[in-house]
Amino acid sequence: MNAVGWGLVSAVVVALAATVAALAVPRRHRPAVTGVGVVAAGLLGTVAGVVATTGTTWSVARPDLLPLIGLELDVDSLSGVFLAVGGVVAIAAGTYAIGAARHGLDGPGVQAALPAFVASLLLVPAAGSVGTLLYCWELMALTSLVLVVAEHRERPAVASAGLWYAVMTHAGFVAIMVGLLVAAGAAGDGSFAAIRAAASGLSPAAASPAFLACLAGFGSKAGMVPLHPWLPRAHPEAPSHVSALMSAAMVNLGVYGIVRVGVDLLGGGPSWWWVTVLVLGAVSAVYGILQAAVGSDLKRLLGYSTTENMGLVLVGVGACGMFAAAGSRALAGLALTAALLHVMTHAAFKTVLFLSAGSVLHATGTRDLDALGGLRSRMPVTTAAFGVGALAASALPPGAAFVSEWLLLQALIHGLPAPGVVPAVVLPLGVAAIALTAGLAVATFVKAFGIGFLGRPRGAGAAAAAESGPAALTAMVLAGLACVAAAVCPTLVLPTLAEVAGGVVHAVPAVSGTVAIELVGVSGVLSPVLLVVTLIAAAAAVVGALRLLARRRDRRRARLWDCGAGPLSARMEYTATSFAEPLQRVFDDVLAPEQDVDVSHHEESRYLVAAVSYRRELPDRVERRLYTPLLDAATAWGRAGRGLATGSVHRYLGYGFVTLCGLLAWLVVTR
Amino acid sequence: MSALGVAGGVLQAVVIVGGAPLLLGLMRQVRARLEGRAGPGVGQPWRDLRKLVRKQSISPRGTTEVFRVAPVLLVAMTLVVAVVAPLVTTASAVPPVADLFVVVALLAHATVVIALAGLDSGTAFGGMGASREVTVLALVEPTALVAIFALSVPTGSTSLPTIVGTALDDPQRLISPASLLAAVALAAVIVAETGRLPVDNPSTHLELTMIHEAMVLEYAGPDLALVELGSAMRLSVYLGLFTSLFVPWGIATTASPLALALGVVALAVKVGVVGAGLAALEVFLAKLRLFRVPELLAGSFLLALLAVTTAYVLG
Amino acid sequence: MLSLWRAIRRLGRAAEPAPAPPVPAGPAVAAELAGSVQVRHVDAGSCNGCELEIGAAFGPVYDAERYGARLVASPRHADALVVTGAVTRNMVEPLRRTYEAVGEPKVVVAVGDCARNCGVFAEAYGVVGAVADVVPVDLEVVGCPPRPETIVAALRLCTGR
Repeated sequence: MNAVGWGLVSAVVVALAATVAALAVPRRHRPAVTGVGVVAAGLLGTVAGVVATTGTTWSVARPDLLPLIGLELDVDSLSGVFLAVGGVVAIAAGTYAIGAARHGLDGPGVQAALPAFVASLLLVPAAGSVGTLLYCWELMALTSLVLVVAEHRERPAVASAGLWYAVMTHAGFVAIMVGLLVAAGAAGDGSFAAIRAAASGLSPAAASPAFLACLAGFGSKAGMVPLHPWLPRAHPEAPSHVSALMSAAMVNLGVYGIVRVGVDLLGGGPSWWWVTVLVLGAVSAVYGILQAAVGSDLKRLLGYSTTENMGLVLVGVGACGMFAAAGSRALAGLALTAALLHVMTHAAFKTVLFLSAGSVLHATGTRDLDALGGLRSRMPVTTAAFGVGALAASALPPGAAFVSEWLLLQALIHGLPAPGVVPAVVLPLGVAAIALTAGLAVATFVKAFGIGFLGRPRGAGAAAAAESGPAALTAMVLAGLACVAAAVCPTLVLPTLAEVAGGVVHAVPAVSGTVAIELVGVSGVLSPVLLVVTLIAAAAAVVGALRLLARRRDRRRARLWDCGAGPLSARMEYTATSFAEPLQRVFDDVLAPEQDVDVSHHEESRYLVAAVSYRRELPDRVERRLYTPLLDAATAWGRAGRGLATGSVHRYLGYGFVTLCGLLAWLVVTR
Repeated sequence: MSALGVAGGVLQAVVIVGGAPLLLGLMRQVRARLEGRAGPGVGQPWRDLRKLVRKQSISPRGTTEVFRVAPVLLVAMTLVVAVVAPLVTTASAVPPVADLFVVVALLAHATVVIALAGLDSGTAFGGMGASREVTVLALVEPTALVAIFALSVPTGSTSLPTIVGTALDDPQRLISPASLLAAVALAAVIVAETGRLPVDNPSTHLELTMIHEAMVLEYAGPDLALVELGSAMRLSVYLGLFTSLFVPWGIATTASPLALALGVVALAVKVGVVGAGLAALEVFLAKLRLFRVPELLAGSFLLALLAVTTAYVLG
Repeated sequence: MLSLWRAIRRLGRAAEPAPAPPVPAGPAVAAELAGSVQVRHVDAGSCNGCELEIGAAFGPVYDAERYGARLVASPRHADALVVTGAVTRNMVEPLRRTYEAVGEPKVVVAVGDCARNCGVFAEAYGVVGAVADVVPVDLEVVGCPPRPETIVAALRLCTGR
């Protein structure tokens, strides 16, 4: 058992021990115990993952460990990437959890579920057979469900969010199960090695439905449109460190599943699979960021941003598959490298954003951006952490996501010469979609940071805010440092990621270089660290020149220019809703906001208005147009079905008799 | 990082910083003469900057470091673009940074910091300017990036020195349909990003018609000098990039003093001509309603998409 | 567009030739401003007659911009405050705040008889006083309303051009 094996097994053992300990220790020690357990498990998982990405593999098969299907683990370099990412996020979330001892969050069930959730996050990428994957997937779903509904006694929306999450994640589980069982059935054995070996003999009539079913299941977990409605409902209601784990570690496993099943197990597949993935990814990216740009609930905004980023990752994965199917393996490796790097950078900045949002929610009591503001002086560390995350999320240089988006754009741009009409149409639209998401992401995070943290407080909660405790601050600083490291020196991890991607698509690593990111085989070079150095030098030059030239050194503090007739109240500031209003107007047809104006008149006269109430809601249009009719139809069927169960025993006996007679008649006819 | 690149970087920094206010003065003078006025002269923006630098600095109560740092970052980012872009020489001072995506994104980032400063002031006009500015930015980004895509198809690279060098070697490609379409699309991008008519009126006093001005109503003294210099540098850099991409003749390809001097003169003349043309065009245009601007930007996006398709089909 | 172009060709230059520069008796800050003055106009309670003349002063015929003066949208951007009208009750505090919002070095120019000594509104119930009663005034422009040439001459004293 090598380092990977030791790391993974000890991580799982530590996590399970923390689970058991959380049920045993007294209430006031529970958060600390689970937090430390999660951090330790994360650390060990990160070590295992990092060692695995360098090429060390590990596998173990224990047919007797789990009932019915046995346990089979198989860690290769692709698993290692997702192990490492999950581990790092767990470290930050666990540190935050040490201080999350609020009412409702320190119950034994909730506290015990957290280390179990982290253990499942580490086991899913390590799974080596269909049965193990399904077991660990279900464990992940159940533990995360317990965590999502942790605060159900405080808000009624939590229960509804939990219901949506439970139903959708289990529907996804069924889809994955169907897809994987079709593939395993054709191979005759459930282990991934057997499926991989039998993939070439799999007929397209069996492989395509298997892939599509897996795409539906894994894509739903990744927040792909149109299977995403659980994401913007569950993320705001879950505790913030759980949201961070879900958004930064769990959704990645959806992408892992698609890459593992499509590229690895099923051996690539025809081009139209991957065009579907790319198109769905592009639609998710644009739709997700559009909803985030016009929303004013901070955590729901971050949830939609996860949909957007996973959409971008899926664009990369789709491009990878498309290029591999066309034979350009080098470009496929480049696209997959870009996708993996974006998974990493997204994990870094989404963690810091969710942890800061949790800190704000705890301090102010509200998630509504329209009621926040003025937090810079009251919560300086949280503001700085959110600022770093917002810079990274808006994909502006020198941010973390800028490098991964640059790589993704390079992969798409150099893919245009690929033969066929489909790439010629799909790739420019893919670039256009990425460009639109980049612009909207800038608008979203300027809104989130500028209105949520700068200016003056817009509500009592924000005015009374105080900085969070040391555990939360440490967690935010850790995650922020990861963001900065990803922004300034991504070349530390890029060659490794390129080798991993090259291994998956059987090509030479597509990216190399230490100071600058250099593309292999195509022309393209970018140096984030030189960019940062040049920016600092330019800023220093500007400040120096100003010091030399300015005559008056004093800086007068003056009142804000309020056009002379103050005082300026917080009510006069721009809110998140007003900030996003021009964008919402431009995209009115896509967003379909619902407005309601209710005028109530005086009893004496209809000419006198007593009160006017205005309500505007921006529902998720996909949910409204796709899911609501489906749910209504299901409810209507159920109501109709109730007519069958009247309670009369005679009628039930009659059903049985008629069915038996019908079956006998059918048998007579067909024999 | 060759000698040509370093020489180019230094020269470009000097020319852009020194020439941006002159470009602004030239554009204002052209407008004044067309409107029948005498105009203050081409050197007036430099007089304005000199006076502003000597004025008192003012920090409004309630603003944070974002407000104080934003003008510095605006000028610094524009300066980085001015140094690395191939304006006077084809070689760049810092080649790994001279990618067209990086340049466009850096210029967008410069706008974002001013928008954050507008939000930081906490006034209604600051928020309004920031909201409109990022809306226009969000709608302009697709056009810019797809136009870059169109420009990179013939050269196989998005590195600016490569694109400009290839354009110099093969001038026929500059009048291809793809290049012309990309030029029109990029012209719309430049008008929107630099806040000129018909998207924004840079000399308006009516706050409800402002986009860029509304964000900087709170700045005074040296901060305002940096903001104005930054805006002028942005305009010069954008026009310089436009001329380098579509009218590259005159750019120095060797490090001889004569070639460098010719490159400087060529840049000044080209940017001056384009700027004067833009100013003359502005006399005939009225500002578009804010909610008509997306239509203009959508039209330019379609042109950019057409440019890519044409580049693929014909190239 | 073509008709506008023809009108431009036909009109040519509308600006009158610049008169001789005024005798340099301007405020001390003119040397510091050195040819560039940004002007913020404040209407403290005027009848808009002076505003029309200021508008004409910045128009094509008199073209005050050629001497380096420019109207700006915020007092923070300004060096000179051009105040018109007698100061009414509601405008006392806004005028003071506008004056405080301008950075040093600053100049206040009181344009018109109302700004100098309340003019015809001297005993009105809504008027508090002349501009000099509220903020320190550096230059006065006589007239009801003053001619655009007088306003331009006052601005030239500030710019020194």
